Amino acid sequence: MGMKTAISRRDFFTRMGQGAALAATGGLVWSYLLTQQARATPFAIRPPGALAEADFNATCIKCGQCVDACPYDTLKLATAASGIPIGTPYFIPRETPCYMCEDIPCVPVCPTGALDHALHDIDDARMGLAVIDIENCLSWQGLRCEICFRECPLQGQAISIEHHPRRVSKHAMFVPLVHSDACSGCGICEQACPTQKAAIRVLQPDLVQGQIGDHYRLGWTIDSPITQEFKADGEATGSAAPATGIDYLNEGSP
Amino acid sequence: MNPTSKPVKPGPNGQPVRPFVMPESFAGKLRVWRWLLLRRAVQLGVLLLFFATVRWGWTAAGRPVLSGNLSSSELFGLVPMADPFAVLQIMLTGHWPLQEVLLGAALILALYTALGGRVWCAWVCPVNMVTDLAAWLRRRLGINDLFRLSRNIRYTVLALTLILSVLTGVAAFEWISPISMLHRELIYGIELGWTAVLGVFLFDLFILRHGWCGHLCPLGAFYALVGKLALLRLQFDTPTCTHCGECARVCPEPQVLNLKEAAAAGMIASGECSNCGRCIGVCPEGTLEFNLRHLIKRPQQPETTEPRQRRAA
Repeated sequence: MGMKTAISRRDFFTRMGQGAALAATGGLVWSYLLTQQARATPFAIRPPGALAEADFNATCIKCGQCVDACPYDTLKLATAASGIPIGTPYFIPRETPCYMCEDIPCVPVCPTGALDHALHDIDDARMGLAVIDIENCLSWQGLRCEICFRECPLQGQAISIEHHPRRVSKHAMFVPLVHSDACSGCGICEQACPTQKAAIRVLQPDLVQGQIGDHYRLGWTIDSPITQEFKADGEATGSAAPATGIDYLNEGSP
Repeated sequence: MNPTSKPVKPGPNGQPVRPFVMPESFAGKLRVWRWLLLRRAVQLGVLLLFFATVRWGWTAAGRPVLSGNLSSSELFGLVPMADPFAVLQIMLTGHWPLQEVLLGAALILALYTALGGRVWCAWVCPVNMVTDLAAWLRRRLGINDLFRLSRNIRYTVLALTLILSVLTGVAAFEWISPISMLHRELIYGIELGWTAVLGVFLFDLFILRHGWCGHLCPLGAFYALVGKLALLRLQFDTPTCTHCGECARVCPEPQVLNLKEAAAAGMIASGECSNCGRCIGVCPEGTLEFNLRHLIKRPQQPETTEPRQRRAA
C-alpha cells in the first residue's frame, strides 16, 4: 500500500497511457499479421465440405484430424512456408488431388464443423473449380489429348468434350469444357494434365467466376408467353404465345 | 567450508536455515528430480502418442490411439478433447462450433480445473521444454535481463487475444501461436515454424528470464485464471519453513511463493503456479508437497506472525 500511495496521480495516468499505447501498438501489429494471413486464403484449395473461406478461417481449430483421416495423404496442414494461414488444411491438386472417397472420411472427423457435416455426397463438394488455359491446352491446339476428360470422376458432367469443326484442310478439334455446376474441384484433371505446367487448374471459384447480375436478363430463359415461340417444338411449357410477334417480316416463315 | 564453523542463523521458525545440497548419490538426485523427470515423461509421452498415431498409425482395438493435435484431438476415436482457449476464440469470432469440440473443451477445462490450470504449461505444453532449456542455459551463462516487464502483461495479451478474435474474425492466438507451430511441426514435419520457436528461445535466453511462459503467453494466462479453482495444489507446511529461499530460486513463477500468503492459506494458492514441482525437490525441509485443496488444513492461528514480531522486536 505504501508503494501505491507514493505514485502521484500524474504518474498513474502516465502509466495508464503507456500501458494502453503498448497494448494498442501490439494489437495493431498483431491484427496486421492476422489480416495478412487471412488475405492469402484465396489460393488455398480446402478439403471437401469446407465452409466459405471467412467462416472456415474462423472455425477451423487446426487440429489436423482431416489430414489424419485422408487415406491418400492428399491433405496437408499449412506451415509458415505454405503461404496459406498456418495450420489450416489444404491440398495441392497438381501433387496429390482429392480422390473423392465416397464415405468422405475427412469430413465427419472435423470437430468444429469447419468441414460441413451436412456434406454426404462427395459429388456435391465444391473444393474449387477447374479452369482451362486454352492457349496451352493440347486439345485446344488440335491434338487429341482429352486426358482431363477421361480422368474426370464426373466425366461428361464436370468436363465434357465439344466438337469444333475447322476449315477443310484441318481436322476438327475435340476440346474439353468445364461445367461449374458439376465440377467438385477435386483436381484429378490438374494432376493428370500432361503439359509441363498444368493447362487445367483448380482455383477457388471466386477468383475466376464472373456474375451476370440482375441488370441483364436472358430473355429466352424466362418462361413468359412471349418467349415460348423461341423454344423448339415440344419444349414450350407455358401457354402458347399469341401471334403478336408476327408481322410482314416473318409472315409465312416456318 | 565446514558448515559448523559458520554461525547458523535460525529461520523465523527458530530452526537453523539449511541450504539445499544436491545429493551425491544417483538415487538422491533422482529423488530431487522426480517431478522434473515425470513431467518430461508426460510431455514426451503425449507428443509420442500424437506422433505415433499420425506417423505410424498406432491403434488400440482398431481405433486410432490419439488423433489430431493439442488444439483438438480424439482419444481412441471416442473421447473428444479440445483446447478450451482455442474454442473460446472461435466462439468470439461469432461462430458456434459443433458439439463435439464443445464437449472436448469442457472435458479439458474440467481436467485442468482439477489438476491445476497451468499443469498444462509445465506438464504438457511442448514449448515448456524449449523455455526450460533457455532458463537452464541462462543460469549457466549468467545472463541478465535486458529489461523488466510486469508478469501481469500476459493478462493484457489474453484480453487482446479475445478482442482481436472479435475484431478480425479469426482465432487471434491460434493463428500466431508458437505452441501450435512447434507441436504441429513435431508431428507433421519440421518447416519454417521452428523460427518462431527459436524466437521464443532467444527471447527467453538473452532478453527476459521466463519471458514467454512467465510474462507473455496468453494461454498460460488463461490457465492461470482456470487454476484459481484448482484442486491439486502445493501444500505449504508452515512450521517447517525456515525461509531459506531455495524454492524461490528454482521457481519459474517466484511471485507465487509469497510465504506469508502461503502460510495463511496452508498452500500455494496462486493460479500462476504451474504445479511443476521444482520446489519440492530442492526444499531441504520438506515443507512443500502436492496435496488436494480440500485435504489441506488451514493453519489454526497465523503461526508466522509470531516469529516475525519477535524478529521485529
